[in-house]
Amino acid sequence: MPIEYLGLSSINGPLIALEGIQGAFFDEIVEFVLNGNERRIGRIIELYEDRAVIQVFEGSENMSLKNTHTRLTGHPMEIALSKEMLGRTFNGIGQPIDDLGPLGSKLKRDVNGLPLNPVKREYPRNYIRTGISAIDGLTTLIRGQKLPIFSGNGLPHDQLAAQIVKQASLGEDSDEEFAIVFAAMGVKHDVADFFRRTFEESGVADHVAMFLNLANDPVVERLITPKVALTVAEYLAFEQNMHILVILTDMTSFAEAMREVSSSKGEIPSRKGYPGYLYSELAAIYERAGIVQGVNGSVTQIPILTMPNDDITHPIPDLTGYITEGQIVLDRNLNGQSIYPPVSVLPSLSRLMKDGIGEGYTREDHQDLANQLFSAYAKVGDARNLASVIGEDELSPIDKEYLAFGKEFEETYIGQGPEENRSIEETLNLGWELLGRLPKEELDRVDTKILEKYYHPTKRGEGVTTSAAPGSIANR
Amino acid sequence: MVNRTGKIYGINGPVIYLKGNTGFAMSEMVYVGGERLVGEVIALDKDRTTIQVYEETSGLRPGETVEASGGPVSVLLAPGILDNIFDGIERPLEKISESGGAFITKGVSVDSLDEMKRWETHITVREGDYLHGGDIFAEVPETRAIVHKCMVPPDLEGTVVSVVPDGSYTITEPLLTLRTGSGEERGIPMAQRWPIRKARPVSQRFAASVPLVTGQRIIDTMFPIAKGGTAAIPGGFGTGKTMTQHQIAKWSDADIIIYIGCGERGNEMTQVLEEFGELTDPRTGNPLMDRTTLIANTSNMPVAAREASIYTGLTLAEYYRDMGYDVAIMADSTSRWAEALRELSGRLEEMPAEEGFPAYLASRLSAFYERAGMMHNLNGTDGSVSIIGAVSPQGGDFSEPVTQNTKRFVRCFWGLDKSLAYARHFPAIHWLSSYSEYLTDLAPWYQDNVSPKFIDYRNRLMALLNQESSLLEIVKLIGSDVLPDDQKLILEIARVIRLGFLQQNAFHKDDTCVSMEKQFLMMDTILYLYKQARALVTMGHPMSVLKSENIFERVIAIKYDVPNDRLEMFAQYRRDIDSFYQRVLEKNA
Repeated sequence: MPIEYLGLSSINGPLIALEGIQGAFFDEIVEFVLNGNERRIGRIIELYEDRAVIQVFEGSENMSLKNTHTRLTGHPMEIALSKEMLGRTFNGIGQPIDDLGPLGSKLKRDVNGLPLNPVKREYPRNYIRTGISAIDGLTTLIRGQKLPIFSGNGLPHDQLAAQIVKQASLGEDSDEEFAIVFAAMGVKHDVADFFRRTFEESGVADHVAMFLNLANDPVVERLITPKVALTVAEYLAFEQNMHILVILTDMTSFAEAMREVSSSKGEIPSRKGYPGYLYSELAAIYERAGIVQGVNGSVTQIPILTMPNDDITHPIPDLTGYITEGQIVLDRNLNGQSIYPPVSVLPSLSRLMKDGIGEGYTREDHQDLANQLFSAYAKVGDARNLASVIGEDELSPIDKEYLAFGKEFEETYIGQGPEENRSIEETLNLGWELLGRLPKEELDRVDTKILEKYYHPTKRGEGVTTSAAPGSIANR
Repeated sequence: MVNRTGKIYGINGPVIYLKGNTGFAMSEMVYVGGERLVGEVIALDKDRTTIQVYEETSGLRPGETVEASGGPVSVLLAPGILDNIFDGIERPLEKISESGGAFITKGVSVDSLDEMKRWETHITVREGDYLHGGDIFAEVPETRAIVHKCMVPPDLEGTVVSVVPDGSYTITEPLLTLRTGSGEERGIPMAQRWPIRKARPVSQRFAASVPLVTGQRIIDTMFPIAKGGTAAIPGGFGTGKTMTQHQIAKWSDADIIIYIGCGERGNEMTQVLEEFGELTDPRTGNPLMDRTTLIANTSNMPVAAREASIYTGLTLAEYYRDMGYDVAIMADSTSRWAEALRELSGRLEEMPAEEGFPAYLASRLSAFYERAGMMHNLNGTDGSVSIIGAVSPQGGDFSEPVTQNTKRFVRCFWGLDKSLAYARHFPAIHWLSSYSEYLTDLAPWYQDNVSPKFIDYRNRLMALLNQESSLLEIVKLIGSDVLPDDQKLILEIARVIRLGFLQQNAFHKDDTCVSMEKQFLMMDTILYLYKQARALVTMGHPMSVLKSENIFERVIAIKYDVPNDRLEMFAQYRRDIDSFYQRVLEKNA
């Protein structure tokens, strides 16, 4: 019978100090019982001889120095794992909340996970077709990659994530072994509902494990939510050989929660009040993606974060960008022009793209085409700046051609319907059609041989055709 | 000294406290708890010892024992370092995976280097020789590319009393016996240990005089780094820091590459492992891994080991320098190392300076970069350690403390630019914000080994780029149509320089690495085109006529169209420029 400690020494926000405990270890999970009936759990985050500082996941409301019994559980934060978790819904610390009863699994794992040994990793090379031109063509998603969506409040990042899930799972590479792990940290009820509905409508609900910590749920709980979700993802991927797509939303709430706890602990802040270990903590989450040698499964992460004040240099998107393998940045201006998905092409990037495209994967011209589109679109920006100073009429003929190219590129290449699913061929051909608008000598990023093979000047006044989903452009 | 131990009193993340005066020494390596986690003493006072632990501390309990090891944190130096991948404290990840599987578990005890493996050894000393510290006594072919030279530890000297014959030996077997001045006889094996925080001694430091040729045009021609030099590559995320480091690690003419992945992505380390195993060194024809060692502390590995990983890499580099090799260190990224310092400093509740970084950030950075240099070694050989450090400034803002302090101690600054990266102009090293202080030091080398005109050409290219930048200011206001033709020509030539020369395609088989000779001929062709075109413009031929010829595009495409082994093709380009000149003259006669 384990010892129970009666009472607490101090309570400060979500942190509790307890004195006189014996045999506790660092990172151990403790269980509280309030007034003899309500149960909560917490984690030891500092330990000095017999004094422990404990972080309570459900928050310290209603706890007093007298009404609480504390018991050491003797293990770190663990979660029971089984394949049955797919199709179920859990709270932020992995307890079922869908009235289907507890999980009958004996297999338990530490949610903190362990770093994956680089010599046992397999370098990701297989691309995932999302059917979205801006992603497939320019920032290709690779199986085993971590590719976040940098968004802002009010932008359609949820729709985009949902479309990726739907179309990636419906793609020709789809098989029985595809599943989604969805972790919500501090998101609104409506957002969680939107995802649930989308999963149901697209018929993947049986293949989704949902972990929900909503906006009004305890703040500390969301510090553990992504770890719980990723532990499940790793189990399904590396032990059950499944391809797992993990959606984490919203990483900003996670970082805010960390700042809140850090400040109650009285730690020395680094940037904007965030603790010095924000980078390590974010890395401990993002690095849990990838492929292990000799295993069929993979973990692909799509974290979503809202950039405070749309500022990409804010510590959260900034540190995220240094860890993840690229980013998809959404743009308020494009969104204002009703272009969906409003992907801001220039700052978006997929670091793993270069090895997962080209001959044998997509098509030989993919890399050159993407480089040329990036470069041409960068020039569109210059031409627009110039036009705003001297007026469009005064521009040189080539600058005018760039303006026309930019408009068409945004409307037909970046823009597409939320249901539109383009094949990789369609995306690439569309790119060449757009480049056909520009004189050949402007295309300086393309190898001469590839240029000869694929470049055809598009005649003026001839509309660019997207063979898929007719009407998707005309509808706007 | 034996069996000094202490009891854990407090635990706060990677920092633990012991009560009382334990008798431990500063920077001593200790073993923590029942799992024997590796740690290092970082602060001592009468009633408290502070230790940073190089592994995950979850599961530790107050009261567990901490045992002193008797020496500072050090690395084992012997054959087997090359073609290998280690964690931050020189534990081979391959061996860890054999015992622990795909994930790195705690408290794994593995030998740094294979102590069972027998190496083919050739002894180079004889009985009766007097050996000083650092002297070479045996040679071992460590990989196809590199001969490992076994040296007497720097703090030892004496007469060889006995020596084994040539044969195969393990790294721990004594190969010779040395009688020191005090008459004591010591067996010397191949392996020696050296503390990571202490620079290995040398006899003399030289001034930089030879460039580290990287095959990257913007570096070799515009902002060269010397062998034994220091360079920083700062840039926001996605600007190509890692890519630039990979390119230098692949193609530079250093003998040995130490690649330190400090707080970076796991997949990147895997990529280096895979790619360097397959690619061959253009100079020796051997796999690149044969000259490479990787130190991997990915961003999710323990933070204290991240702090150590930089020093581990440096010490390995200095060891190979002592053999007379030119070693280049890629440190990706020094910002993560600085952040590890900040994190530990915060846990120790030290008074922070700028942006939470500790006040000793600048002195640690300078101590790190000063370990680079072209040296005359104790044993009479010459070797160098060059350091190329990536810096990841917060928010891409170069005014933050790590970038600013780094700038004070490096002599080469390759500033990566976001707008170039957005336009996919790679390498995104911006020619206006970058600089190299080695240019004057290296000028004689370029004049003797490439061409007497080299430095002049390089400066003319830079001048054109600077003129372009001021012209672009005007263009931004009034458009390019109103410029006079001679200025339009400058814009056009600068475009040729940017696209045809500065921009380099790492994925193109010819363009990924370019010899100094080709770099010079490219400059020569561009400047010849400029000279002829300017003559035409001066005669009053409009730029629109000049541009209607495709000669500018042809010169831009030289990097793809002229294979590296067919440099005689440049003569044809000169003829083409001449005929372009004639055509324009005739057309407008």
